[in-house]
Amino acid sequence: MRLNALARLGCTGLDALERLGRAHLLFVRSVLGIGEILRRPRLLWAQIFNVGVLSLLIVGISGLFVGMVLGLQGYYVLAQFGAEQSLGVMVATSLVRELGPVVTALLVAGRAGSSLTAEIGLMKATEQLSALEMMAVDPVRRILTPRLFGGILAMPLLAAIFSAVGVLGGYFVGVGLLGVDDGAFWSQMQAKVDFEEDILNGLIKSLAFGVIVTWVALFQGYDSVPTAAGVSSATTRSVVHAALIVLGVDFVLTALMFGG
Amino acid sequence: MDKRHQIEVMVGAFMAVGILALFFLAMSVSNLNLNASTEGYRLTARFSNAGSLKVRAPVTMAGVRIGRVEAVGFDKATYEAIVTLRIDAGIDTIPDDTFANIFTAGLLGEQYVGLEPGGSQDYLHDGGQITNTQSALILEQMIGQFLFKKAGESG
Amino acid sequence: MQMAGNVHAWRLDAPLSPPQNGQLSPLPSNRTPERRNHDGTGRMDGEITPTLLQNTQSDVPVSGSHTSHAEIVTDAEVLVCVRGLTFRRGSHLIFDDLNLDIRSGSVTAILGQSGSGKTTLLKLITGQLRPDAGTITVAGEDVQQLDKAGLFRLRRRMGMLFQSGALLTDLTVFENVAYPLREHTDLSPSMLRKLVLLKLEAVGLRGARDLLPHELSGGMARRVALARAIALDPLLLLYDEPFTGQDPISMGMLMTLIRQLNDAAGLTSILVSHDVQETASIADLLYVISEGRIIAHGTPAEIAADPSEEVRQFMDGLPDGPMHFHYPAPALQDDLLRGTA
Repeated sequence: MRLNALARLGCTGLDALERLGRAHLLFVRSVLGIGEILRRPRLLWAQIFNVGVLSLLIVGISGLFVGMVLGLQGYYVLAQFGAEQSLGVMVATSLVRELGPVVTALLVAGRAGSSLTAEIGLMKATEQLSALEMMAVDPVRRILTPRLFGGILAMPLLAAIFSAVGVLGGYFVGVGLLGVDDGAFWSQMQAKVDFEEDILNGLIKSLAFGVIVTWVALFQGYDSVPTAAGVSSATTRSVVHAALIVLGVDFVLTALMFGG
Repeated sequence: MDKRHQIEVMVGAFMAVGILALFFLAMSVSNLNLNASTEGYRLTARFSNAGSLKVRAPVTMAGVRIGRVEAVGFDKATYEAIVTLRIDAGIDTIPDDTFANIFTAGLLGEQYVGLEPGGSQDYLHDGGQITNTQSALILEQMIGQFLFKKAGESG
Repeated sequence: MQMAGNVHAWRLDAPLSPPQNGQLSPLPSNRTPERRNHDGTGRMDGEITPTLLQNTQSDVPVSGSHTSHAEIVTDAEVLVCVRGLTFRRGSHLIFDDLNLDIRSGSVTAILGQSGSGKTTLLKLITGQLRPDAGTITVAGEDVQQLDKAGLFRLRRRMGMLFQSGALLTDLTVFENVAYPLREHTDLSPSMLRKLVLLKLEAVGLRGARDLLPHELSGGMARRVALARAIALDPLLLLYDEPFTGQDPISMGMLMTLIRQLNDAAGLTSILVSHDVQETASIADLLYVISEGRIIAHGTPAEIAADPSEEVRQFMDGLPDGPMHFHYPAPALQDDLLRGTA
């Protein structure tokens, strides 16, 4: 009985390792297909459209509200120390360093990642991927590569939009509604937010999250069981795994970037 | 064909907005100053205690920022801190008897270098050294001294 | 016209067989006029029997620019050759030392129960799966030995009709058929358009060119997929369960199409199915597989006369026989009396 449990554990572990291996192989194959998008840039535009343009509204609105909440909450805390003038710094730093990249990644995982997984899974279930292969077209290069690079390119831009709109939201609440001094809001922000330390690091983060979210979504779709139930569970897994990995990697990156 | 064109236009617009947002973050939110690091000239100052002075901290004169701290080093022979200041190129009339202090912005704020001009007619040039310095005020030391003095008075 | 020259040089110019029921239009061919002269068949409207077709095929001279396919010409009798094929999925043995030959120019049907690995066989022939043992040769090339580029080169000469049609859902009917042409040729837009329309005409769906796949009925989707499969003028067409879930009318249409395409364009067709009667009526040769082995092969008439019990059960659709109705289980009485699950 105990031996059985041990065997099951080993089996699960081996399965997980195998999946991990397949995921990495798929990633390498997708990246190596980069020549395809250089030859047919239109494929890439279509995917930037899917990930970027279609996520723009949700990212913009979320950014605005997150910025406004930060303005409100930050004001209450800072006012206790008489430091309302630092509101701009607080709002901008939290957005640019953390909330921008992370929340954008989570939103994109839910909005675009899940649809990527469902799309690829359905293409697999309806034999479209096999049909491409039979037409002597490599589905990894043709289908996965443009989606991967589309996601990687769109994510930093979305994160930047999220942060920018968030800062404006914070400005609106802090300066417009709560009466923080206009000049102090901006000048303190500009004095304390560093381009390399904060903004570039935030960009690097969102680039990494772009890789993670699209990679997870594509792998889950490509590796899904080609049935209705298989595709739906792959879609769920795609969002859950992407979110968990993004948060985990965020901690590691934060420790590396701002730790010392 | 038409739809394809539409997609290209939308993607173009999206990328423009994204880059605009980045530009806004760089220029308006952060302190990115494109002509910052390599322009201007260097001065050094020795402090017996640099406190928690950080690289890129402002260097001010009369409350106006005229440069930044470029490096904070340690001289193992004299046990002093060597602070390298990068002064903006336009500010070329700093007297050689200028006094350098390490101040704290507010009670708990960041530390910065404040310069107080002397009366000399000779100006400092690239590589010059500010000899008159006042170390950082360490809050704990001040409190300690204050308590010691109080104790002495009452005792 | 690059692709037509390269891929099909060895093959006979498509003779247009007289329509069998007068409903379907003749199949268009991609060949250029100069190729026609070269082949010099001049029998554009004669009726050609499969045997005649084969004879003329091996007679086609191999001209300088097409020497790379010389082996195909000499080996024209057998297009697909499977030897000692063994394939396992996990511990389950799907094929056990399977041998079969597909003659060039014929319609060969592979019959078997659901789950007997018929689709797997097609995937093995097209190189999507690798066998555990044995060799598969298509047009003189060993499928296992080919690298990816070689496999893709070979697949350009194969067309496959999937069970579901497998049309690309975000493209119109026209774009779906144009896809392989855009992918592998440098045709001018007007040439491409003509070709696609001719292919669609061949399956009777020229009028549906602007529809999206979800607007098509199952039978129509399969016909579009067929037009796409023949877009590059393949020499081998594989059909995966073409009749499953079709109404009698579209079933009849598909049957006529498969036969006509095969004869008119001089293709070789492999058909995998469990619809015994329909398949038998259009195939030249049948293979019946069961439990990883071939239990019978021959012309439909020979199979119909085969006395073996296994074959009889499958061909006549008997509920019980060597293949049991019951999934293996302990005796019912023991099972019921055991009490707990």
